[in-house]
Amino acid sequence: MSVLERYEPLVDDVDAFRAACERPLPSVVRVNTIKTTVERARAALDEAWLPGLLRLPDTQPGANWPYVQGWLHGQEEVSALPAEVLDPQPGERVWDACAAPGSKTTQLAALMDDTGLVVATDSNLGRISALRSNTERLGVTDVAVTVEDARNHSLKPFGGEPYDRTLVDAPCSCEGTIRKNPDALERWSLDHVEGIAGTQKGILKRAVEATREGGTVVYSTCTFAPEENEAVLDFVLGERPCRLVAFDVPLDSTPGITEWQGESFDESVTRAKRIYPHHNDTGGFFCAKLEVTG
Amino acid sequence: MADGSGGNGADHDTDQQAENVGTRFDRLPATADERVVAGRPTRREVLDWWDERFGIDPAVFEPYSFWERGAGKIWAFHGELASPVEVEVEALGMTVLRTRQEHWKPTLEAAQRLGGHATRNCIELTDGQARAFFAGRDQELDWDGDWGYLLVTHELAGRAQPLGVGLYVYGELRSMVPKGRQRDIPK
Repeated sequence: MSVLERYEPLVDDVDAFRAACERPLPSVVRVNTIKTTVERARAALDEAWLPGLLRLPDTQPGANWPYVQGWLHGQEEVSALPAEVLDPQPGERVWDACAAPGSKTTQLAALMDDTGLVVATDSNLGRISALRSNTERLGVTDVAVTVEDARNHSLKPFGGEPYDRTLVDAPCSCEGTIRKNPDALERWSLDHVEGIAGTQKGILKRAVEATREGGTVVYSTCTFAPEENEAVLDFVLGERPCRLVAFDVPLDSTPGITEWQGESFDESVTRAKRIYPHHNDTGGFFCAKLEVTG
Repeated sequence: MADGSGGNGADHDTDQQAENVGTRFDRLPATADERVVAGRPTRREVLDWWDERFGIDPAVFEPYSFWERGAGKIWAFHGELASPVEVEVEALGMTVLRTRQEHWKPTLEAAQRLGGHATRNCIELTDGQARAFFAGRDQELDWDGDWGYLLVTHELAGRAQPLGVGLYVYGELRSMVPKGRQRDIPK
């Protein structure tokens, strides 16, 4: 059985799901409102490219004026969802617990008008250099990048106050990126899924602890595996004071599931959203919004 | 420039000035009187430099705190934190300036993000010149103003847009675009 076949019982239209997973992903860029406006970025694109035709060189997609000016960042629709769902406000304290390579970090900063504090944490130095080059190119000034295991994150260097909002865009088995990385499933194994689920539980637990009462935590992955999605939420609901809340997104989605291979999950995980590639011609994604209650 | 040896020296265990710790983020002292680390520029000096060289109003920098990490590498962070930062921090805002050398050098990031406030020592390039500049090429150009570091602008989406930093000497504009940022932009 191929990896994706295990999820076919969850999907409404198996043929469409399979076909979408085999198609390459469309190219999408996000406008960096820290450095320009959507209108000027659009005008610059019209200058650079013939209207309606994107002349992005395959070898160097970054070789155009709006890109080198830091006006654009390559980021597809589902990747832009969690920051929108977290909805950070200017001046707030926000933790991005698994930040590299920084697409969502820089989007959080832009949503906050680059004011307030975004603490961007990652444990992998190699990935942090990608995060740093993105914050620099996009001209972000309210981000502090820390190298640490998110499960042991300390609030002390940043004044000791809990965060208003935290994003956990967790490391995962990445099946949903199959359209971008055709080899994404090559190293898939159930052992890896179960191992990484343990890490995800630890990070999400720490995220709820580090966020103030009434604050928001968003949990997202790019995997279809319920072990890494609903099961992680179910675990944290039992371990820390928090609840799942409903939210809207501008993409078609299906609710989180409450049964998987003999396991059952808290009914409220249906407030999370599953996004399959064939629904909106995007990558696959999972997103949940939690409110901290204590 | 005052050497800061008076200042708060008496508050410390030794009369020697402390040395810069290259891997740590330390906030710049507000003025020379508060300087503890030898050779560290002050916030006042940084604001005066941007004002004198590029005519950028010090008020533009009001929301930012300035930090040194690495020898002479100055970072601008929106907001405040306790100094030094007691955790392994890899970046705090963005790098804006290289000091501890005879001529202070602004970064490309600072030029792009804050250069729009500049009123002098800005050179506008044609599209072709801007492409050569961003590809890392030096070029002969006429410039009546000061020699030294200039903010390079080009027209994009109907307005002059700061693009980076060039060094003007001997009739030549040298591209200071870092190697990793250089691009050949197709026509």
